[in-house]
Amino acid sequence: MDIQIASILAVDGIATGAIYVLIALGTVLIFSVTRVMFVPFGDLAAYSALTLAMLQTGQLPGTVMLVSVLAGIALLMELTSHLRAGKAAKIPKAILYYGILPVLPPLIAWLSQGTVLPFWAQMLLALALVLPIAPLLDRIAFRPLADASVLVLLIVAVAVHFAISGLALLFFGPEGYRTEPISRAIFDVGGVIVSAQTLLVVLAAAAFSGLLYLYFERTISGKALKATSSNRLGARLVGIRPQVTGTIAYLLGGLLGGVSGLLIGPVATLYYDSGFLIGLKAFVGAVVGGLASYPLTALGAIAVGLLESFASFWSSQIKETIVFSALIPILIWRSLAAPQHEEEEEDIA
Amino acid sequence: MIQLPQYLLDVCRLSVSYGKVEAVRDVSLHVDRGQIVTIIGPNGAGKTTLLSALMGTLPSHGEVFYDGAALAGTEIEDRVERGLCLVPEKRELFADMPVADNLLLGAYTRRHDAAHVRRSFELVYDRFPRLKERRGQLAGTLSGGERQMLALGRALMGEPRLLMLDEPSLGLAPLIVREIFQIISSLRELGVSILLVEQNARAALETADYGYVLETGEISLEGKASDLIHDARVTATYLGGHD
Repeated sequence: MDIQIASILAVDGIATGAIYVLIALGTVLIFSVTRVMFVPFGDLAAYSALTLAMLQTGQLPGTVMLVSVLAGIALLMELTSHLRAGKAAKIPKAILYYGILPVLPPLIAWLSQGTVLPFWAQMLLALALVLPIAPLLDRIAFRPLADASVLVLLIVAVAVHFAISGLALLFFGPEGYRTEPISRAIFDVGGVIVSAQTLLVVLAAAAFSGLLYLYFERTISGKALKATSSNRLGARLVGIRPQVTGTIAYLLGGLLGGVSGLLIGPVATLYYDSGFLIGLKAFVGAVVGGLASYPLTALGAIAVGLLESFASFWSSQIKETIVFSALIPILIWRSLAAPQHEEEEEDIA
Repeated sequence: MIQLPQYLLDVCRLSVSYGKVEAVRDVSLHVDRGQIVTIIGPNGAGKTTLLSALMGTLPSHGEVFYDGAALAGTEIEDRVERGLCLVPEKRELFADMPVADNLLLGAYTRRHDAAHVRRSFELVYDRFPRLKERRGQLAGTLSGGERQMLALGRALMGEPRLLMLDEPSLGLAPLIVREIFQIISSLRELGVSILLVEQNARAALETADYGYVLETGEISLEGKASDLIHDARVTATYLGGHD
């Protein structure tokens, strides 16, 4: 391998890694706030890419149906729980949040059927269609189990993943899709060819990571999310509702997943089940950050992208094996490097 | 007919069970506006359990009225919004966040009122200058006394009407215990009512207006704090070897 090939592989790896960064950050965000290992995260990316592909070919994506049905179920659950608790005053808010807001994007998609939307509007619509999926799944599948153990929540998340990716097969069929690139421009940076699409992927990942950082450091709502992950009981004792911070975490996660789907759509052919593998690789990145540290997670995700890129050069057959084998040394390093937390809680003096 | 409720907190025959074991049985007590009321008793008497039930972190039977309204069926966060605030035994701070952020989140229920948040910061930093010095430091790196101050400060940020303190002196050096109790009795000026649970019976009775003795889940004795401190039984059991 000469320097030329290495730099091409590096550029490719960083671009792939940037996608993993978005998904890994979302995974860590949702896990730390809600304790749910959100396995269907990669599926969200696949959904947004495939939804966009459908919109670009002038079809009504199945996401419209999925979101409408999920919103209906969530609304029903919300209403019965309020009625049972005798809290009729909370019903108008429930109707707004579960009956109206989530079905707006499907409604727009349905109404705009037949008219050719501009490119940017299609992307926005695809994103808006994917955005409500994660918070609605939270309301339906995870909130009734709020006090369950992490393991139970993980098992439910796996079940939700199978349901969601199975529905994707129904909605989008078994064929692969590739969406229109945002830009076809190509740059020559010191002999290395970099496409504008690659550049855009890296820039978008950096921008969203930066925004996430500002949200956590500068806003009280972001700090409430951090507080929920730091100490759940402490957060409740100052009046922070874990249900609310959980919904915000799922919304932000849905946004990150949706955006990453729009970004990979043009560079890779995606199938209904492509999301799982993407989510799994992002998870390896998240493990580097111990499912807690955002900067380490981002670095880990980039490293996974690079490793995958170089591994596919050495042996494209076992590149996945190489990436997932990296988990073993990472876990050994983490367990050696991690300080012992157990005693800290009891230490009062 | 409008009638101002007599007590800020009125607990009638409250019971809490862990499975079949009744940890708190038929406890009735009340807190007047502006009063400091203490519950003393030995380890395992059910003091922490009682406060947890009042805050809503544990299910309970019996009636609890706060400011005239029944608390049954309301969530922890609703109670916080109505000015009921618990400083738990384990403090439950946000260890990986700076002191200033811990305080800011204490004012979470009043977050839309920027002027209020600024005033509360001034009030808390005024009372706890040490917290102001350490405002950029992570809460997890504070000493035990500072952590208790931060827990108190975080609670005050929300402008509570009834502050429930669970063992504020636990594990602290005697000098710091005295400081904490001075701060607690100074909170009276702010119009905060306090329900204080303590094992350090002498300090608690010296600070409080009224006291209850909780033994094996039941109230065994109650009275003015100044009377209890001279009561023969209390002196023998709880004040004996303390001086």
